[in-house]
Amino acid sequence: MEIFVQQLINGLTLGSIYGLIAIGYTMVFGIIGMVNFAHGDVFMLSAFIALIFFLILTTWLGISSVVLALFIVLIIAMVLTSLWGWAIERVAYRPLRGSFRLAPLISAIGVSIFLSNFVQVAQGARNKPTPPMIRDVIVLFQGESGYNVAISYKQIIIMVVTAVLLTIFWYVVQKTSLGRAQRACEQDRKMAALLGINVDRTISLTFVIGASLAAVAGTMYLLYYGVVSFNDGFVPGVKAFTAAVLGGIGSLPGAVLGGLIIGLIETFWSAYFSIEYKDVAAFSILAIVLIFMPSGILGRPEVEKV
Amino acid sequence: MTAGASIQQTAIDAGRQPLLSVRGVKTYYGNIIALKGVDMDVHEGEIVTLIGANGAGKSTLMMTIFGNPRAREGTITYAGRDITKMPTHEIAQLSIAQSPEGRRIFPRMTVFENLQMGASINGMAHFDQDLERVCTLFPRLKERLQQRGGTLSGGEQQMLAIARALMSRPRLLLLDEPSLGLAPLIVKQIFSIIKELNEKDGMTVFLVEQNAYHALKLAHRGYVMVTGNITMSGTGKDLLNDPQVRAAYLEGGH
Repeated sequence: MEIFVQQLINGLTLGSIYGLIAIGYTMVFGIIGMVNFAHGDVFMLSAFIALIFFLILTTWLGISSVVLALFIVLIIAMVLTSLWGWAIERVAYRPLRGSFRLAPLISAIGVSIFLSNFVQVAQGARNKPTPPMIRDVIVLFQGESGYNVAISYKQIIIMVVTAVLLTIFWYVVQKTSLGRAQRACEQDRKMAALLGINVDRTISLTFVIGASLAAVAGTMYLLYYGVVSFNDGFVPGVKAFTAAVLGGIGSLPGAVLGGLIIGLIETFWSAYFSIEYKDVAAFSILAIVLIFMPSGILGRPEVEKV
Repeated sequence: MTAGASIQQTAIDAGRQPLLSVRGVKTYYGNIIALKGVDMDVHEGEIVTLIGANGAGKSTLMMTIFGNPRAREGTITYAGRDITKMPTHEIAQLSIAQSPEGRRIFPRMTVFENLQMGASINGMAHFDQDLERVCTLFPRLKERLQQRGGTLSGGEQQMLAIARALMSRPRLLLLDEPSLGLAPLIVKQIFSIIKELNEKDGMTVFLVEQNAYHALKLAHRGYVMVTGNITMSGTGKDLLNDPQVRAAYLEGGH
């Protein structure tokens, strides 16, 4: 019981991070039908941006409040990563729009390799640790065997920040004219243009939103693990992509749900079975779900009444 | 039908610069030529119809005006501006609206959101007023405002496509086959709405139709398109009485 609750907390934390990254995959797929393989590396890049600015703020500028520093770092990481997302779309994907379907996919793989190599060269190949940020935990209850079920401040911050940003994001997509234009382009780009929507700009905006949520994930990842390396984009990226597919690619609530499920599977498998096979478990369950639900949990079936 | 008035109107307009003017437009799909040099004018306040068989290039002309596909040769002028090379969304911002072929309703947006999309060009300035207006024109839509576009029937989707186009208060309204696949009663209703918009609000309408009889009866002027060429033009009445047009488009059930 105690282990179960503890793993539930850990799994939801990890799942929040996957969910944030998964939104970027699912939105880009929704609007241009492309799997942005570079998205995982954008996430990794954002963690480095967060790391660098965290160190600048705490050591050079001497900000002693970790929470304040984190808040500033989060904003900076979101802004800078958005710029990267915008630039990547502009340079590597837009010129290939209208080309054959695989062209942007190949370009995305290229961007992915470029980003991880760029960070490796610029920051070095070793793991980059942060100074410990927030160490306090709240003991929720103690089990009979003396096992403490605890939630750390870090985990609370991650879950709260994720929830707040997802709420803002949800509001933007559902209620604002920007979000409406974004959904319109997703459903029918040609018609959106006929109604005066600048489709190219809307696609750029999609990349910016996806990258900024990846930056939230990157900052939270850094906070949670306290270490980041140039090849940390790959595995979380693939898992977040898996989450997007599991939830139903193209579906925003699906991406978050898929992220939480993958996070939970991974932590529970590690706790009860074996930590070495946690990724195998996550991907096996994906495969099984997709056999029975090809469009994912919340995805829509391909056929639509027109 | 006020045929006398419409002919008079046409005569007045003939001296002025047309609102929309298409000159020598050629459009290709890859290497296949779809429009072979089209000349056509729409004057302010007119209803102009373009009739022709399936695959003649009517919808292509409609979309070429919006730059998608783009004309490879020729010029398109709107209100004195050359719009031949303008991006599609900028053309839409010049207050031309289109209800396109296949209706193109956003299927996963509500009827209300579809109408909001129609109004997004003018920044939702008169949204409530315009919403009320289209709901009066199409009472059926009012009942369905919160329903998803994809769940509407064909006729309702057609109404929504027209209503969405009206939300931007266009000066020029392009309608691509508003009668396609609709019950005769609804077709009649839609044509009377088009007439009303033209007469009461002075809206200029360019109408593409396969339903030649209704279209020519309604329009001030008409053009006949055959495989990418305009082969005939004249007042609606003249075309309606033309033996060739009658043989090709009016007799035999269509």
